[in-house]
Amino acid sequence: MTYPEAPPQTIIYDRHPDQYKHWRLTCAGPVATLHLDINEDAGIKPGYKLKLNSYDLGVDIEFHDALQRIRFEHPEVRSVVITSGRERIFCSGANIFMLGLSTHAWKVNFCKFTNETRNGIEDSSRHSGLKFIAACNGTTAGGGYEMALACDEIILVDDRSSAVSLPEVPLLGVLPGTGGLTRVTDKRRVRRDHADIFCTLTEGIRAQRAKEWRLIDDFAKPQQFAEKVQQRAEQLAEQSDRPQDGKGVALTPIKRGIDDAGYHYETVDVTIDRNARQATLAIAAPAAKAADDIDSILAAGADWWPLKMARELDDAILMLRTNDLEIGTWILKTSGDAQHLLAVDATLAKHRQHWFVREVIGMLRRTLARLDVTSRTLIALVDQGSCFAGTLAELLLAADRSYMLALPDSPDQEAKITLTEMNFGSYPMVNGRYRIAARFYDEEGPIAAAKASAGKALGAVDASALGLVTATPDDLDWDDEIRIVLEERASLSPDALTAMEANLRFGPGETMETRVFGRLSAWQNWIFIRPNAVGETGALKVFGSGNKAIFNRERV
Amino acid sequence: MSIDYNQKIPNNVNLGENKTLQRALEHWQPEFINWWKDMGPDDSQSFDVYLRTAVSVDPGGWAHFDYVKMPDYRWGIFLNPAEEGRKVNFGAHKGEAAWQEVPGEYRSNLRRLIVTQGDTEPASVEQQRHLGLTCPSLYDMRNLFQVNVEEGRHLWAMVYLLHAYFGRDGREEAEALLERRSGDADNPRILGAFNESTPDWLSFFMFTYFTDRDGKYQLCSLAESGFDPLARTCKFMLTEEAHHMFVGESGVGRVIQRTCEVMNQLKTDDVAKIRAAGVIDLPTIQRYLNFHFSVTMDLFGADVSSNAATFYNTGLKGRYEETKQDDDHQLSDATYPVLEVGDGKILTIQAPYLNALNERLRDDYVRDAVSGIERWNKIIQKQGIPFTLAAPHKAFNRKIGPLSAAKISPAGKVLSEGEWTHHHKEWLPSVEDRAFVSSLMGRVDQPGKYANWIAPPARGINNQPIDFEYVRFN
Repeated sequence: MTYPEAPPQTIIYDRHPDQYKHWRLTCAGPVATLHLDINEDAGIKPGYKLKLNSYDLGVDIEFHDALQRIRFEHPEVRSVVITSGRERIFCSGANIFMLGLSTHAWKVNFCKFTNETRNGIEDSSRHSGLKFIAACNGTTAGGGYEMALACDEIILVDDRSSAVSLPEVPLLGVLPGTGGLTRVTDKRRVRRDHADIFCTLTEGIRAQRAKEWRLIDDFAKPQQFAEKVQQRAEQLAEQSDRPQDGKGVALTPIKRGIDDAGYHYETVDVTIDRNARQATLAIAAPAAKAADDIDSILAAGADWWPLKMARELDDAILMLRTNDLEIGTWILKTSGDAQHLLAVDATLAKHRQHWFVREVIGMLRRTLARLDVTSRTLIALVDQGSCFAGTLAELLLAADRSYMLALPDSPDQEAKITLTEMNFGSYPMVNGRYRIAARFYDEEGPIAAAKASAGKALGAVDASALGLVTATPDDLDWDDEIRIVLEERASLSPDALTAMEANLRFGPGETMETRVFGRLSAWQNWIFIRPNAVGETGALKVFGSGNKAIFNRERV
Repeated sequence: MSIDYNQKIPNNVNLGENKTLQRALEHWQPEFINWWKDMGPDDSQSFDVYLRTAVSVDPGGWAHFDYVKMPDYRWGIFLNPAEEGRKVNFGAHKGEAAWQEVPGEYRSNLRRLIVTQGDTEPASVEQQRHLGLTCPSLYDMRNLFQVNVEEGRHLWAMVYLLHAYFGRDGREEAEALLERRSGDADNPRILGAFNESTPDWLSFFMFTYFTDRDGKYQLCSLAESGFDPLARTCKFMLTEEAHHMFVGESGVGRVIQRTCEVMNQLKTDDVAKIRAAGVIDLPTIQRYLNFHFSVTMDLFGADVSSNAATFYNTGLKGRYEETKQDDDHQLSDATYPVLEVGDGKILTIQAPYLNALNERLRDDYVRDAVSGIERWNKIIQKQGIPFTLAAPHKAFNRKIGPLSAAKISPAGKVLSEGEWTHHHKEWLPSVEDRAFVSSLMGRVDQPGKYANWIAPPARGINNQPIDFEYVRFN
């Protein structure tokens, strides 16, 4: 398996099970098992060893890849066991020395990706009939427990020493960064005083009490552990509607070129203007009619346009987020023939019950959700040749602002926006609402109006009247208007923009996922830059040296 | 329930008036006795054994000898007398008054240290529980049981700390110490070496010489603790630990003595002939030594350890003879050499001293352990036999830490996988070695009689003769 070339310092997300350094994926009938056995000398960056099954971004990239393989290449898999290939240790979470060496931006990007991967597990459980069991066969600490929390069930080995723990507060002076605090309450409904004790206990809680406190679902002695896990995995598999005889679709390597101008894919092209600190993400609609019956869809496989586009866009988002930190504004553009796109949406809607189409919709949903939580300004430009129709119109709705070129003298020439039924519920954001509902705060009037317009090619006047775009400058104003918007945006504080955009994107109403991201952004990232964590005598900084943290004791 | 605690449980912790301790022990003491009956020395509960019992910490009180049935042994609770004005002598709290209560912020680490130490005590009793059936003499059987009851008392010592200072958590941990079982796959003891079996008496002697000596060094480091009750408890335990190492050193020495005598009688160094004469050849003894030495090396923990650094800096666990070290006892900027494998060689690198404290303790241990091997060599020399026992390199046969990734010979040479496979039988006891040693084991239970493979001791226990009836079967 060969991946496209990348410059040496560039982090890439391409992986293949044959080349995993940290995981082993085995599929046996309806049950897949993911063994975590981290190679301590194979960190994605130099300077630390991944001891005690502790992970860094590289480990999680493989994890993400493995989940994708299960979703697409193994439709026969109905439940997934996540366990460790080591004795007496399941996973001890993110590597602390890696965190100590990392820049703030690296830590935040790392946590974001790991959170998205954990959310992806729950997304697949909710939508795709894949159930997950964390088979915690040893110490399950910090991020290790958070990995388990993302699963449907947690089974802990009862060997009288293995415990689950979230020791971030007492040991490191930070918070669990991958949703641990939130899932303990929102998902597992651990009583808050028990959670308080649990989260301040370095040694964690062992099997019996962990079950009493709902931190785990069950436990078993070492000799019975494998059997219990297998039994439960089979029971969960029985509830699944994934096909027993489905033939998988190979996730072939993404074709990607990297040069000074940006990242270039077949359906997505990213051009970077480093002086202006902006990137343009141009997404091309299918050049011809995409496959529309199941046999030809499966024959097209990873080349089927919606999957290909989703994978390429997903990769582009990850590449930009990881490697291009100063590129603060992403301009979203589309091009091509809307008819082909509308046909794709019709096919997605028609075959949404088929496992593969369902997975493709899931991939699109998660990719768009990744865009929502990206800490970059998103500006959609609807100009001539644009093709914001159906699924691609979600980009427009994901943007912080959208501008549509009005051509009052020749409205026929205007690019059009077309909504389809896919825009009304198929791609919920992490707040559980689809983008149009979120945009209009669930108000019936504007949502109904938008829905009534489905299938119609909307020009600037109509799109504006429906509230689907921010502004519709005409051809005389367009260039200057857009230039000023972009230049002005680029001048603002990147931190303030990140916070403001996240506030506005998710609006009223919280879900567990928005709480995970919101708490991460607001509290964890705040703690991550406070001297009590990362100052010379901060807890994260002195961890492992034997030195005690010296705190500024003021409560803020 | 009314128990005369001071009579039943010799102590110097004012047990008679401490309601908290009494409540904890009312529950724990019967469970301990049940554990002893289940997991203590096999088929020997009715024997009268000539045992030493500590009845007070006075010079005359810690070694009271008499016949006792082991389940009736008076396991006591003793701390060395308090040292007036004792300070924390190292780490960030150096110079502060030593703690008489557990500092809240160190509760978890202290408890972990105590539980880990405490878990080894019943574990070794479990490991050795069948050895009484194959003892080479009554003298040795008595020594085995002495070691066993004292390991039991050391468990009591740790349980006392858990009961007295750690509240409900401590009581739960104390119960768990009786619930884990050495070698039980479902419910193992905490440390790997304590889940290995002790299948024969040569293993037992090696264990008490090498592995109990790790115990000595751990106790010495804990005896420096800023948590005063732990320090005082460990100091008293050390007086008993010395006997265990004596059993090991003299036991191995007597095996060597006997082998050399037979070699001289037969005028041979042919292993087959020596074995045929029913004694253990010196190369096999060397392989046992290599095994127990290397397993014990691992007990000191990772070469570079953040836990070790934390334990030291927070004043919980010092160095061996901490107060005799001539430095600032804080070690913030100091370094210490540790080993690493690179380029096919063992390299020495400088690690931050605080992180290298396990290695420091390992080095202290090695110096001490090697001196006993020299004394064994004197026995061989005295018999005029050209053979020298040697400690293997400390990187040999490691299972923990970075050295575990490499294959290293006893001489310290980094080997390929192939070389290791080819040679390891020369260095570690093989199945055949163990089977042979095991074939020699059979109970000798007449006063004054000793198995053929071991020499009698030079003198008896407590000035008793070597044909004294150390154990009476009833």
